Amino acid sequence: MIQIEGVSKAFGGLRAVDSVHFTVATGGITGLIGPNGAGKTTLFSILAGFLHPDEGRVILDGEDVTGLPPHKLFHRGLVRTFQIPKEFSRMTVRDNLMIVPPGQSGEVLANAWFRWGAVRREDTRVRAKVDEVLEFLNLTHVADELAGNLSGGQKKLLELGRTMMIDAKVVLLDEPGAGVNRTLLNNIRDAIRRLNQDRGYTFCLIEHDMDLIAQLCDPVVVMAQGQVLTQGSMDEIRANTEVQDAYLGGGVSGRGVSAMTDDDIGKGGNGATDGADETDEEWRP
Amino acid sequence: MELGGLLTYGVFFLTQAGIYAVLALGLNVQYGLTGQINIGVAGFFAVGAYTSAILTTATSSAHLGGFDLPFLVGIAGAMAASAIVAVGIGWVTMRLRSDYLAIATIGIAEIIRLAFKNEEWLTNGVRGIPGIPRPFVETLGADPLISLGVVLGFILLGYWMVERARRSPWGRVLRAIRENEDGVMAAGKNVARFRLQAFVFGSSLMGMAGGLYAHFLGFISPEAFMPLYGTFLVWVMLIAGGAGNNRGAVLGAFAIWMLWSATDSLTRELGAEYATQAGALRVLLIGVLLQVILIARPQGILPEHGRRKGSR
Repeated sequence: MIQIEGVSKAFGGLRAVDSVHFTVATGGITGLIGPNGAGKTTLFSILAGFLHPDEGRVILDGEDVTGLPPHKLFHRGLVRTFQIPKEFSRMTVRDNLMIVPPGQSGEVLANAWFRWGAVRREDTRVRAKVDEVLEFLNLTHVADELAGNLSGGQKKLLELGRTMMIDAKVVLLDEPGAGVNRTLLNNIRDAIRRLNQDRGYTFCLIEHDMDLIAQLCDPVVVMAQGQVLTQGSMDEIRANTEVQDAYLGGGVSGRGVSAMTDDDIGKGGNGATDGADETDEEWRP
Repeated sequence: MELGGLLTYGVFFLTQAGIYAVLALGLNVQYGLTGQINIGVAGFFAVGAYTSAILTTATSSAHLGGFDLPFLVGIAGAMAASAIVAVGIGWVTMRLRSDYLAIATIGIAEIIRLAFKNEEWLTNGVRGIPGIPRPFVETLGADPLISLGVVLGFILLGYWMVERARRSPWGRVLRAIRENEDGVMAAGKNVARFRLQAFVFGSSLMGMAGGLYAHFLGFISPEAFMPLYGTFLVWVMLIAGGAGNNRGAVLGAFAIWMLWSATDSLTRELGAEYATQAGALRVLLIGVLLQVILIARPQGILPEHGRRKGSR
């Protein structure tokens, strides 16, 4: 679905993304992990058109889309969410989602004056669609609240809701689980799974919660210092000593690595291999 | 006689406040809905006033034209000219973040005013353009009440246009841009296009107000488009009335114009020898008033959101 071919982006002297190659397979859920500062979010911003890469190409569905602005990529079915939710604080939750459907006739100013009836009818349909999405996300009870008053987790759900307002092809999720409690996290996980299975969304998601990654993602791509370190199934990643080093900053051996295996990646692995989805352990790497 | 004088004053007062209401509605599109800080309101006001004046006055050797066209053509021309200027400015400045837009627009408004002051072939310079016909003077006569009625009609038209726009999906996108531009981009909207449209629409309403002003006073000169009257009062009106709320914009215009006129009567008590100081004192009072509003009731008299009901 998305082929990333040698993409690089530097900020001053820092090579935030450094000739990255990988493919987000159609219909799959690809995980993107790596320590803080690995360049994951920068890569997302490039894929979604928010940043121009210095080098390399982004191929979406066989077409070179490098450097297209966000709204053009959106119309090709590529949607992103943000690590820090970008809700419209002083608008209602419902209005936050009613923005999204593209090409609404009422977005043309003249139609607001001269074709008000048609605009209202269309808005009623959009509203019904929004109410469905809110129902799916368990947000119906806050539909008329101002979005700024939502909890952090509810804002994450609202971000996810935006991707559900259109028939997205690829959804880039930037830490959908960060700062979300377990119950809500399970909601988000189930929502992602259902969107993947029922509606055929392709996902690529950045996440630090290894449980979530292990439960959802195959393959998992690991980035460190702007580069792709390795990729493979979660089991392979877990066994990879390079990955363990990367999380600890490199050059650490012996006790450090084994501590890492137990407390960081290993823990997520236990959850997955035991199939223990419901272990409600509050744990973060 | 007393009553007649009071009535005349009342009509004069309401007409002027009404023109400010149209300006405030225009600014509400830009600031209230979209969050654009346009400190060049006076510039678009001036473009509208001069355009309508040139289009409707009798032919004169002192300035361009006049073309002796009907009043409504003048107003339409005023809106179109302001819109065209706004497209030009907007095309250059729409990439700027709000505070830079503020600096750019304040400069542009001054450039417009100075150009009107110095390009004598176009505007007759500091001597101004006299003899601008009152609205519908040939059919309805020169009664000031006619002017007032016309201005009130245009407030209704402006209010209707902006209110429809605000409640439409178009206005929804603008409000979202005000809240979070990245979020709107992620929702697939062409943010630059919407921002430009809002800027142009708001500016054309300011041009409309300029046209009304020219026909109402019958005479315009560059002095009338100083930032104090043309820009800052409008800002105080919108903020006091309630940015984002169209009824607030209209109410703010009338309320602040009343206060502004009251300070005129008050400071006149100081006597002629203090005339200069009195003028400065009025500005100071308005400044203090703005501070008080921003601290005590930043959402204005009529806030954007009613009690909990959201935006509708």
